Amino acid sequence: MNITKEELKHIANLSNLYFSDEELEKYTKDMSSVVEFANELSKIDTQGVEITTSILGEYNIFRKDEVKESFDRDILLQNAPEQGDGMFKIPKVIG
Amino acid sequence: MEYEVVIGLEVHAELATKTKIFCGCSTQFGGEPNTHCCPVCTGMPGALPVLNEKVVEYAIKAGLAMNCDIEQNSKQDRKNYFYPDLPKAYQISQYDLPLCKNGHLEIDVDGQKKNIGITRIHIEEDAGKLNHDEFGGGALVDLNRACVPLIEIVSEPDMRSSAEAKAYVEKIKAILEYLEVSDCKMQEGSLRADVNLSIRPKGETKFGTRTETKNLNSFKAITRAIEFEIKRQIEAVENGEEIIQETRRWDDDRGIGYAMRGKEDAHDYRYFPDPDLALIKLSAEYINNIRENLPELPDSRKQKYINELGLPEYDANIITGSKMLADFFDEATKYCDNAKSISNWIMGDLLRILTEKELEQVPFKPEYLAKLVVMIDSGKISSAIAKKVFEDMFETGENPEDIVTKKGLVQISDEGAIKEIVLKVLENNPQSIIDFKAGKDKALGFLVGQAMKESRGKANPQMLNKMFLEELNK
Amino acid sequence: MDITTLTIHEAKKMLENGEITSYELTKAYIDRIKKIDPIIKSYVTVCEDRALQQAKMIDEKRKNGEALGSLAGIPIGIKDNMCIKGVKTTCSSKMLENFVAPYNATVIENLEKEGAVILGKLNMDEFAMGASTERSAFFPTKNPWNISKVPGGSSGGSAAAVSADLAIATLGSDTGGSIRQPSSFCSTVGLKPTYGLVSRYGLVAFASSLDQIGPITKDVEDCALMMNVLAGHDSRDTTSANLEKLEYTQFLQNDVKGLKIGMPKEYIGEGINDEVKSAILSAADKFKSLGATVEECSIPVTEYVLPTYYIIACAEASSNLGRFDGIRYGYRAKEYSTLKELYEKSRSEGFGEEVKRRILLGTYVLSSGYYDAYYTKAQKVRTMVIEQFKQAFNKYDVLLTPTSPITAYDIGSKTDDPVAMYLSDICTVSINIAGVPAISIPCGFDSDNMPIGMQLIGKHFDEKTLLRCAYTFEKNTDFNSMKPEIGGI
Repeated sequence: MNITKEELKHIANLSNLYFSDEELEKYTKDMSSVVEFANELSKIDTQGVEITTSILGEYNIFRKDEVKESFDRDILLQNAPEQGDGMFKIPKVIG
Repeated sequence: MEYEVVIGLEVHAELATKTKIFCGCSTQFGGEPNTHCCPVCTGMPGALPVLNEKVVEYAIKAGLAMNCDIEQNSKQDRKNYFYPDLPKAYQISQYDLPLCKNGHLEIDVDGQKKNIGITRIHIEEDAGKLNHDEFGGGALVDLNRACVPLIEIVSEPDMRSSAEAKAYVEKIKAILEYLEVSDCKMQEGSLRADVNLSIRPKGETKFGTRTETKNLNSFKAITRAIEFEIKRQIEAVENGEEIIQETRRWDDDRGIGYAMRGKEDAHDYRYFPDPDLALIKLSAEYINNIRENLPELPDSRKQKYINELGLPEYDANIITGSKMLADFFDEATKYCDNAKSISNWIMGDLLRILTEKELEQVPFKPEYLAKLVVMIDSGKISSAIAKKVFEDMFETGENPEDIVTKKGLVQISDEGAIKEIVLKVLENNPQSIIDFKAGKDKALGFLVGQAMKESRGKANPQMLNKMFLEELNK
Repeated sequence: MDITTLTIHEAKKMLENGEITSYELTKAYIDRIKKIDPIIKSYVTVCEDRALQQAKMIDEKRKNGEALGSLAGIPIGIKDNMCIKGVKTTCSSKMLENFVAPYNATVIENLEKEGAVILGKLNMDEFAMGASTERSAFFPTKNPWNISKVPGGSSGGSAAAVSADLAIATLGSDTGGSIRQPSSFCSTVGLKPTYGLVSRYGLVAFASSLDQIGPITKDVEDCALMMNVLAGHDSRDTTSANLEKLEYTQFLQNDVKGLKIGMPKEYIGEGINDEVKSAILSAADKFKSLGATVEECSIPVTEYVLPTYYIIACAEASSNLGRFDGIRYGYRAKEYSTLKELYEKSRSEGFGEEVKRRILLGTYVLSSGYYDAYYTKAQKVRTMVIEQFKQAFNKYDVLLTPTSPITAYDIGSKTDDPVAMYLSDICTVSINIAGVPAISIPCGFDSDNMPIGMQLIGKHFDEKTLLRCAYTFEKNTDFNSMKPEIGGI
């Protein structure tokens, strides 16, 4: 199955990825072959088969409602591209 | 043309757990930015969520109180979208298997009762907060609220007016407060509503195109935003415009709603089961145990007030509409049998002063209101004095008995003392005596008023009345 | 004697006897890294000071007669997708090039509690997406057996480091073969434990329902020693199994008599290199000669496991990698005029080609209108895979397959066609889909003297049988004793 450039643009938009026209060409081609490969699945009969929702079948894994000490803010902020007033900063952008 | 309004609400309530939904950070409101945070709630690479058991319990309590079916096999799903306040770029929510569904609530608007359907209640995590950067002009992200547990209560499109919508949210608020599963502090955003609204010509059965106004966090905002949107849609339709399905915001300061700028992202949340979390399987026993231990809910208390204590339905409705008021009322009536009088004080001065002072809690003990009523009923103080004492109680939080003693406000019921006042007032107002004798009954009222003034409100008015009549008729 | 050639169990004895100190051992590794790693390029970050400091502390404790953990003073390397507090965790991506982890992964806590010394962080395919370590945003790692060839991947740095004696043992992560395939290419022992046996907390997620951390070691005994420390319940990982802790070393028995081994025919047929095939058949004969029974069996769903794997893995990855948005950490583009542009440019410039391809595929299969045809379908096939493995294990104790259909290939020879790359994962991905454990151990060399690995697959949480089987094979063959000669050094 072929993916169109428009479809790829839509998927890229959802993924927040940007491609130049040239890249768009290449990724559209790559994705077409990858999707074709994924389409193999349509050949297998899965009627009556349940989906897998859990590998080990475990359920009700809960945590008690007990307060744990929070992290040092400086450590949480240490990798921020920008910060201000103890917060993660997003610079002023148009729009 | 006459139009019918169709309203459905999505109410988000923060759950009053001690810790966040997926980590042990505190949910306490306030605090320096990003100080109630850890790798889990800031979405650090490699961090994993673990569900807080109280979140499930609280959501089920809410579901049972709102007459929902509880889903015994439930799961959590990821809702994928990008926003700076959403650290993982997905919100953990519930898609096709919410914890609760098919519920309903009864609302009461001016004595008209109506059932509002509840489609579902699911658990999810809250996002952080985007603050405007005063200096740099950009935005600052505070993740203290990120990962705070929420329930989202989705109604059927069953409401037909802003009054019904308001009554519905009030009912939810009261129930959640009674259950003690949410603080419902609207000004802190712990209870907020999204309004889905459409109009259609009266008699039409198909729904019109709806808009969604998001994040309304006061009753006033809910009412005004709905009124605004009804008017806007009707005007648009009358002008031959088409209603566009869109997400809107409400600016409460300016009193206007507006469409959010065309979201660049298409709406495709790509929900799928969160592989980091296990399924939730609830046994009938677990659910029954919660059901059996539900606290008394507003409707049942209301019936009790009406049937057992003889309160008017209107009063019972208002008092039970707030857990704080109802608890206050219940506590006060333990110390005094005159429930009606306590109710009157609550419905009157207490609510008025709370509103005036923008208070959420009564600053004195319920027992003190009971004592005040007892003092009035026993004639120890007059109603007029009681009003002053009541204001004082709001200021100081003190026991009314102490206030009365300290300020010497005990009612003068001593015959000798009353007589002394009466004689003095008569002496100073000879014209009133003439008027009275000439058949002007008003003169008596004037004389009693003067006597009250003379006694600085402390004289027993009944005794004054009686003694003036005796003296004047001599 | 070059002490960097020691295994963990050998080094432990020498440390305990006082023949060497942890400092000497660690220093020997650091020196060897300095000398050899410029050729192999297995490390992204070397924690020289931190490691020597840790080693000194252990020596001090030992001198004072304090209680020591089971890995006291043992220098270990970590794949660069596991968080070590205060150390860079890059996932070999430009996106995280300067990311310093704010906390420790549970496996790091467990290793350090037992006294292990962390040598550094090892190269990998970016975000573990790849099978050759050529997808590292920084540099490709070389196969110590022939530096013109790939070491496999995505844990290529982890396997190459063990093979080239640049670490006594390492941690890898395995989503579709990322521990086993490089182990096979580099002639090391690599175990992908049962899903849930080792905590994933602190492992930067690729595909949450498939990812699992495991050890890469010089021999099977070391693998057991590492599992003693790695396996165990972690309350911070909901998918972590709550089981009794085991001493895996107790299962190291040189005995496979009566063991029933199945050889699924789908893994040894078409597309499998002849030399690989014959090495596996010889291994089967070896097991027979040691008293096990070996029989052909079938897992028919195998034909569909690759698309199933790529759909599930990419769907989860597309969501897991959303958090790399340039807001709180990671790469942020320099130029943008809207928030949308900040996101798009940061992600497009920060992620490599293969990562972007997989995000696109994952977004596609989850998107409205396609979800059922791809994602739901794949989750149904997943159920069939689990079922068919279960059936096979009703009959057999372990399954024997090649780890990879091919041996290590030339660097740069296979990067162009993504689908061709995906096809070489055929032997390993079903194991992750089924969540069962599998170990790759050396079982031969091809005519170019490149290593061949065999894969032993076990039942859920039956690592003990895998270890026993692998141990027996190792004790009765000499593939394990072969060492690469690195560029004549």
